[in-house]
Amino acid sequence: MEYQPPPFFNRGPAPLVRLAFFVSVAILLMVLDARFRYAESVRQVVALAAYPLQRIAMAPFDLFHGVANYFSSTAALQEENAALKAKQLRAAPEMLRLAALQEENNQLRRLLEAQERLPGKSVFAEILYAGRDPFSRKVVIDKGSQNGLQAGQPVIDDVGVIGQVTRVYLLMSEVTLLSDKDQAIPLQVLRNGLRAVAYGGAEGGMLDLRFMAANADIRNGDTLVTSGIDGTYPPGLPVATVARIERDAAYAFARIYLTPTAGTDRYRQVLVLANEARSPPPAEAEQPLKKPSRIKRSRKRE
Amino acid sequence: MDLQQQPQRILLPAKGSFIVLTIALALLFNLLPWRNTVGVPDLTAAVLAFWCIHQPRKVGIGVAWTLGLLLDVGNNALIGQHALGYSVLAFLALAVHRRIHWFPLWQQALHLLLLLLATQALTLVIRMVAGASFPGWTYFAGSFICAALWPALSFMLLLPQRQAEMKDENRPI
Repeated sequence: MEYQPPPFFNRGPAPLVRLAFFVSVAILLMVLDARFRYAESVRQVVALAAYPLQRIAMAPFDLFHGVANYFSSTAALQEENAALKAKQLRAAPEMLRLAALQEENNQLRRLLEAQERLPGKSVFAEILYAGRDPFSRKVVIDKGSQNGLQAGQPVIDDVGVIGQVTRVYLLMSEVTLLSDKDQAIPLQVLRNGLRAVAYGGAEGGMLDLRFMAANADIRNGDTLVTSGIDGTYPPGLPVATVARIERDAAYAFARIYLTPTAGTDRYRQVLVLANEARSPPPAEAEQPLKKPSRIKRSRKRE
Repeated sequence: MDLQQQPQRILLPAKGSFIVLTIALALLFNLLPWRNTVGVPDLTAAVLAFWCIHQPRKVGIGVAWTLGLLLDVGNNALIGQHALGYSVLAFLALAVHRRIHWFPLWQQALHLLLLLLATQALTLVIRMVAGASFPGWTYFAGSFICAALWPALSFMLLLPQRQAEMKDENRPI
C-alpha cells in the first residue's frame, strides 16, 4: 500500500524549487529592465499599487510642513515678502530687457530663416522624496503624465539645472540628477565658449568634465552653462563651476571636477522645462525637388 | 546543554492580519523619504526574515518576491533587484528556521546579520554588473543596525502570541 501524507503536511514545491522559480523571474525582469527597458509596463502597474503606500509614508512629512507653514510667524512672512519684492525690483529691468531682447532675437531669427525656438509650457513641481537607492541619484517629483510631462524634459531650480526627467508615471515622475553616474550634459565655458560634456558619478556629488585636453583653457572658478547643442537642455542655463583641475603630463586629458550650481537638498520647488518645440525643417526637405528646376532655369538663361 | 533547559513557551497561533499589518508598517518605514541617509536599517527585510523563521507556512519566498518588487518600484531601483535579494533572504531564513529557535536572541541576531549581509552583497553584485559604481562600505551599515534591532523586534512581534497567560489565571500555561 502506498502511504500518502495527510494534506496538512503538504507544503507544495520544495523551497529550492520555489527559489529557483522566483530568482529566474527576477533575473528576467532585471535583464529586461536594464538592457532593453521592456519592464516599463510592469513598473507602471506596480507603481500604481505602491502609490497609496508612498503617499501614506509621505503623510507625516506633509503634515509637518503644513503645520510648520501654519505657525511660521507673520513677521517672518513679511520679511520674506519684502526681500522678495526687493529682489523682483532688482530683477525687473533685466526682465524687461529680456523680453525686448527675446523679441529682437526672434525677429533676427526670422530674418535668418533659422528655426524659431517656440517657448514651451513649463511645469512647476515639488520634490516628493529621493529614492532609497544608494547606487543612483534620483528624486521623485509630484507631477506626472497627467500634467503633460514627458521623459527627457530638463528640470531646473532657481539657480541652475538639476537634471532630467527619465521616467514618467501617472502622478509622479522620476528625475535623474546630474550627479548620477549615467547622466551626461553638454556644457560651455561661459568665459570663452569652450564646449565640453560633463558626466556624473564623481565622488561627493561632483561632476566630471571628461576629454578636455591637458592644456585646455579652463580655470578654477569658471562657470559652465548648457551649450544647447543636444537639443534637450536650452542653452545658457547655469550648471556648475570648476572646483578642481588636475593636469597630469602622463595623461592626454586633464581631470576636471565641477560643483553643481543647483542643490536638490536645499529646495523642494523645481521647474520642469518643456522640450524645445521645433518647427520641421521645410527648406532642406524640398531642396532635392527644386534643384533640377533651378538647373534648367540657369541653362535657359545661358 | 543549558540551551535546552530554558523553558519553552507555547505560543498562540499567529494571526494573518497581524502579519500583514507588521509587513505593511515595515514597508512604510522603508518608503519614508530617507534621502540616502547612511545606515538606515532595512526593516522590511528584518520583518520578512522574522515571519519566515516563525511562520514558514504563511510567509515564504513568494511573499518576499512580491514585497521586493514593490520596493524596487517605490525606490526607483532596478526592477527585480530587491525581489531577488528578498527571495534569497526568505530561502535562507527558511533553511535556518528550525535551528535558530535553539539559540538565545543575541545569537539569533548574529544569524540574521549573516543573512542580511548575504542579501546586500547579492544586491551589490547585481547592481555592479548592471553598471553602477560601488557606493562605499557604509552601504553595509544598515544590516548591522538591523541585526542589533533583532531582539527588540522579535520581542515585539511575538507579543500578540504571548497573551494567553494574562487572560486566564487558572490555566497552567
